[in-house]
Parts: sequence; C-alpha cells; structure tokens
Amino acid sequence: MKKIRIGSGAGYAGDRLEPSLELIEKGELDYICYECLAERTIAIAQQSKLSDPSKGYNGLLEYRMEHALPAAIKNKVKIITNMGAANPESAAEVTKQIAEKHGLKGVKIAAVIGDDVYEHLDKYQELKIWETGKSLKELDGEIISANAYLGIEGIVKALEEGADVVITGRVSDPALFLGPLAYEFGWDKQDYDKMGKGTLVGHLLECGGQVTGGYYAEPGKKDVERLWKLGFPLAEISEDGEGTLTKVEGTGGQVTKDTCKEQLIYEIHDPENYLTPDCVADFSKVSFKEEGKDIVSISGATGKAETPYYKVSLGYKDCYIGEGEISYGGPNCLERAKLALEIVKKRLAIQKVELDEERYEIIGINSLFSDEATNYDEPREARIRVAGRTKKKSDAIKVGNEVETLYTNGPAGGGGASKNVSEIISVASVLVPKKDIQVKVVMKEAE
Amino acid sequence: MKLWEIAHSRTGDKGNISNVSLIVYDEKDYEYVKEKITEAAVKEHFKHIVKGEVKRYELPNAKALNFVMYDALGGGVTRSLAMDKHGKSLSSYLLDMDI
Repeated sequence: MKKIRIGSGAGYAGDRLEPSLELIEKGELDYICYECLAERTIAIAQQSKLSDPSKGYNGLLEYRMEHALPAAIKNKVKIITNMGAANPESAAEVTKQIAEKHGLKGVKIAAVIGDDVYEHLDKYQELKIWETGKSLKELDGEIISANAYLGIEGIVKALEEGADVVITGRVSDPALFLGPLAYEFGWDKQDYDKMGKGTLVGHLLECGGQVTGGYYAEPGKKDVERLWKLGFPLAEISEDGEGTLTKVEGTGGQVTKDTCKEQLIYEIHDPENYLTPDCVADFSKVSFKEEGKDIVSISGATGKAETPYYKVSLGYKDCYIGEGEISYGGPNCLERAKLALEIVKKRLAIQKVELDEERYEIIGINSLFSDEATNYDEPREARIRVAGRTKKKSDAIKVGNEVETLYTNGPAGGGGASKNVSEIISVASVLVPKKDIQVKVVMKEAE
Repeated sequence: MKLWEIAHSRTGDKGNISNVSLIVYDEKDYEYVKEKITEAAVKEHFKHIVKGEVKRYELPNAKALNFVMYDALGGGVTRSLAMDKHGKSLSSYLLDMDI
C-alpha cells in the first residue's frame, strides 16, 4: 500500500528552524509543512502590507526558505506553508528569488489566494459576530483585515499543477497536512471519513514539538530527554488514512501515547464535532498504541459533512493596553509590593486616567490564577504588575509611568521597573457562505 | 492528594474560551477521576477565573476528559489584560484540585 511521510516544520510563527532541517535531511519525507499563522498574526501582517505592498508575509520566510528550500529540493521534499500570511503572492516571489539564487531552476512555487475578503465586507454588515452575537456593523473599532479559513482546495490544486512549494495565506491549520494527503491518495473531498482521518494527522502535527515531548515535561513526573535537541514530528500515513507518528531517531523528546493524548485534546471543544472547512471531524473514538520506542499508531478518527460556511476572522483596532512592573525583595517585600499597588491605583485616579479595565497583581502570588490564596510562605521577592485598558494611547502611557515613578516616590527598595504600551488588534469572527469565495492558485517558476 | 499525582493536562484557547484536558497516567484511574472531577467541581474550583459555563466532554478510548470553559480568558488572547493571555497555566491550576 502507498505510504506518505509528512513532517511538521514549525508549530508557530517564530519556531526553531534546525528540527525542520533535520526532518528534511533524515526523515525520508515526501512533504514538510510549516504552520506559522496565529489568529491575530494576519491582521498585523496586513498592516505591514499597507505600509509596504511587497511585505505582509511571515518575517522569518526568507530565513526559513534560505535554509529549507535547497535541502528540500535536494531530498525531494515538497514544502507547504501558511507563511504567506497577508501576502502569499509576494511570499512566492521572494521564494522564487531564493530558489534562483541557489540555482534551483524549474522549481515551481504556488501562491494560494482567495482568503482575503476585506474588499467585500460591505455586503456582510448584517452578519452576526460569533463572539458577541451582535451584527458586524455594530463592531466598535476600525476593521483592518478579513480572512477566511480556507480548506484544502487551493493546496490540492497547486499540487495538481506541479508545485514544489505551496504558500498560502489563511487556511485551517490541519489543511496544510490534509491537503497533500488528499492529493497523493486521490481522496474524494466528500469522503468525510478520510477527511476526518487526515484532519487528525494535521491536528497532531500542526504544533510541531508539542506532540514529541515539547510543552509536556514535568520534572520527576514526566521527564523528557534533551528538550534542547527536541525532534519535530513526522507521520507515515497509508491510503486508508491511518498510520504512525514518530520523529527522527537520535533527536531529543519522546513520542508516547501520553504526548499524543495531550495534543489530541489541545484546542478542541466537543471532540465529536471539530469544525474545519473540509469536514466536521470526530476525534471522540481516537486510540493510540505504542508500537516501539517513539512510534505511536493512530486510529479511530472519522468525520461528517462540512458546513456551507467559511469562518472569516476579522482583525480590528480595539484599544490600548498600558503596563508597568517593579520588584521588591527581602524582609517585608510583600507589604511593600501591596503598598506600591495602592499608590499606583490612587495615582491613576488623581491623574484621571480613563481605564475601561484594570489589573493590579503581584507576580509569584496572584498574577496567573487571580485568586487570593493565603497559604504561601513570605516570598523573598515580589514583583508588582499593573495593566490597564484605555481608549487613548496617552492614557495607556500613564499606566507604566505611574509604576516607574515609584522609583523615587514609592516604597523602599523598588527596582527593575519596566513599562510598555501596546496598540491592541483584536479578532472577531463571522461565517461567510463558501460559494462567495473563489480560491485561486498563482504559479511561479524559478529561472 | 492533588489531581497532579495521578493525571496530567494541557490548556488550549480559542477566543475567550479555554479548554483544559485531563489525562490519567494509569488508565485504571479513568473511571474514578470521571466520577470525582465533574463539571460542577471544576466550575467551583475555577469560579474566580471563569465567568461562564463549564462543559465536560469524555474521550473513552483515550481515557481522558476535556473541560471547555466559557468566558474564561478576560476577552481572549488578543485583548486580555493578563500576563498569561492564553491561559496556558490553567492546566496547572486544574491539577491543583484535591481528589
């Protein structure tokens, strides 16, 4: 039976590069997929495209392609990635130039476009925002991006046209992996059992090292070997959609039933109904079996018909957040930290800083779980943190300033003050009919 | 004892919704954990963090539970004022429950 080996080259935009090169060189792969586009990233990329129309793709694209592309071509591995972000065509052009620089004549690079629906937002003003239930026209804040989570359609088309590299904008993360599987095995898009099985493969692989022992270690309880040399995962999948998960021999980390279980449930809600553009996947009956050291077989996923909608993610200018921190240490430091928080709170009121929401906390005490736990020993160090949401940037600046002025105006011994102001781009979602969106492939060939 | 002794967990986020898995080390403990760690118990444990409902899903073959917690992340990763905007550390908070 035909088998396809598919590796995961990145679990997020800024991930390590070497594990992916190791996979390309030693993984006997057919494909390597780089998932590099978080929920909000595309909105930020859209802004960089506005200031320079040739930009708007992942900032590490050149760095990754410079190393991965020659190795991939040499080892006959195809690359699939969403590093195109807000500008897949420009990312394909840059990749073509890198191919030419390395003398890789004839390499075909495809850009998948069609996810950007910003120009068509006018006709969607009555649609309900998924997060709030209000209509889109009531959204408070300037919309700067609108991208549909596409499925495998464009990726499959690009591969049919002979692409060696496929660069997308917004697609569902599992589609980066399901796309090549569906293409290689000739799966019918309506074969929802296969779509569900391939979606599971994608879901397990899309976060890179998170299934090979990364984000898993608990010293003394769940010890993981050499995380500093963590190997990224690869799957060997058969035509029936099932197969095994492993990593390159000799790399750090581990692939066990338990690492797979943690990733299976990561970022899913109802395991029977995992919504993707290609199917409603059912992971509720998934089983894992350890076949050998770092080899786990996966089975039991299935799927149901897709919905007639694409989820469209909207980035909008929401607010500003101002933050400040300062540390206290030694005897009675907690009391000095509490006094510091009280001073900042009163100062922000005196300054009439308009805060829509605020947080006063002590790192190491209540900054993660916001509870008033009392069963801790007196700490040797306490770092306060104040954060405030504002409509005006000038107000956000004052939050950090009022923490910083504790240096000369606050309790004894405060040190290491820091402050920060961020413009917040938030995300809202609407469901847009699939028939409204045309997915296209633009092919470029290195000369 | 703490749930940490017999189970492990990972948190995921989508918008303002947090999902926290609960996976037993020894599959024989699954039924016991399923009986004790109910939606109501988790809702109570997270009451000062999670403003909305808590829904529990079972994965009987994987011997694991998934707790989906609504209105849990101060508006979600894009606009939360928290330091841990994803709520990644909530898995550790679940494991701090007594069993």
